[in-house]
Amino acid sequence: MRVRMKVDGVTYEDEVEPRTLLTHHLRDGLGRVGTPVGCDTSNCGSCTVLVDGDSVKSCSLLAVQADGAEVTTIQGLADGEWHPVQKAFQEHHGLQCGYCTPGMILAAVDLLKRNPDPSEDEVRHGLEGNLCRCTGYQNIVKSVLSAASEMRGQGPLPGSFQDAPDAAEPAIAGASS
Amino acid sequence: MIPPAFDYVAPTTLAEAVAALREAGEDAKILAGGQSLIPVLRLRLAFPTVLVDLGRVDELRGVSEDAGTIVIGAMTRHSEVLEDPLIQQHAGLLVEATATVADPAVRHRGTFGGALAHADPAGDLAAVALALDAELVAEGPGGRRTIRASEFFVDYLETALSPDEILAAVRIPKLEGSWGYRYEKFSRVAQAWAIVGVAAAVRKEGGAIAEARIGLTNMGSTPVRATPVESALVGASDLAAVQAAAASAADGTSPPSDLSGQADYRAHLARVLTGRAVAAAAGMSS
Repeated sequence: MRVRMKVDGVTYEDEVEPRTLLTHHLRDGLGRVGTPVGCDTSNCGSCTVLVDGDSVKSCSLLAVQADGAEVTTIQGLADGEWHPVQKAFQEHHGLQCGYCTPGMILAAVDLLKRNPDPSEDEVRHGLEGNLCRCTGYQNIVKSVLSAASEMRGQGPLPGSFQDAPDAAEPAIAGASS
Repeated sequence: MIPPAFDYVAPTTLAEAVAALREAGEDAKILAGGQSLIPVLRLRLAFPTVLVDLGRVDELRGVSEDAGTIVIGAMTRHSEVLEDPLIQQHAGLLVEATATVADPAVRHRGTFGGALAHADPAGDLAAVALALDAELVAEGPGGRRTIRASEFFVDYLETALSPDEILAAVRIPKLEGSWGYRYEKFSRVAQAWAIVGVAAAVRKEGGAIAEARIGLTNMGSTPVRATPVESALVGASDLAAVQAAAASAADGTSPPSDLSGQADYRAHLARVLTGRAVAAAAGMSS
């Protein structure tokens, strides 16, 4: 079937099989490999993208269902400079291995669009469909709260790196001085 | 995994959809939001020849009022149910239960009608449809008919819809009088299915419960009404009376045993959660 969609600002028209999942179309059809495939069972949220502005698990949508839609992946989020949520994830160490990060960031962008001033609890519930196996979520939640603050014009929250004591070169056991 | 191959049609009117389904034959499947069907296809647990996608049938989407009833288009998404002022005002129990379905991304695509037609007894919304005495409007080649929720859920993943019928809308009578409600869902981890869920709506008169409606999630091969509790609750005016009535919540049910819990554990949960749900719905602190 002919499928036409705008992905990260570029319009593509392609022939796809009806059974092609949106995630496979993005990665294999269009080469937009910034969207990872995680669990492939709708659980982990790492393949989350925005379809017409709504967060969607792209493994649970057929490409043909997105015919005519506008899709934003992690690769289309920065506009000359990083999106505030991307920046906050760096500042607050909101990632470790990075596999969940594209989905986590897009879920957070969707959450902040609906609720620009979320409580910590609302952030945790808002990211319910996105799993992270590295961070324990603490810094992800901090990142989202910081991005929310910055996007409301109140500036980012103090970052993890700024928090580190100035003088402290941490002592590393066995390192020669 | 990659789903098995199928043909795909995307009608834009309900009449076209009914015709497409009829033409596609008995191995066709209706695609609503796809949040259950697409995972099933990916796991190759189903092999439909044709998918009839209702995603472009605008007339199946949206919420309206018809005298004392709210009419919810079958393709109305969970995220739209959550934000709809009519549903918030007249069927708050549905909003409360919908907020517990899966996660925000799934709620952006999943639909109210799709969830009911899928008829998974672990799904949260069927128990609500039962408790609120909903009516389901089906459209087929022979025309339109209305099915009461109490007759709609036939067995595990099986409804009273015939293979050539499409669920078009759900009619929910507005609750008249002084009703309170609560959906109590018990699951071990985020975004999980309910091990047991209890949907309770309670009408009070002069400090005592005058009428109660209770639907149970995952306490059998279909969602069930806890009728023994409903009758035992009439006249209850304190927490002790509510707890006494809730003791019969599992009577007459056949809950499943699986990795999440054995049948006797589910029976225990049903009693505890019914007590909590009714107490909260009736404004009695527990």
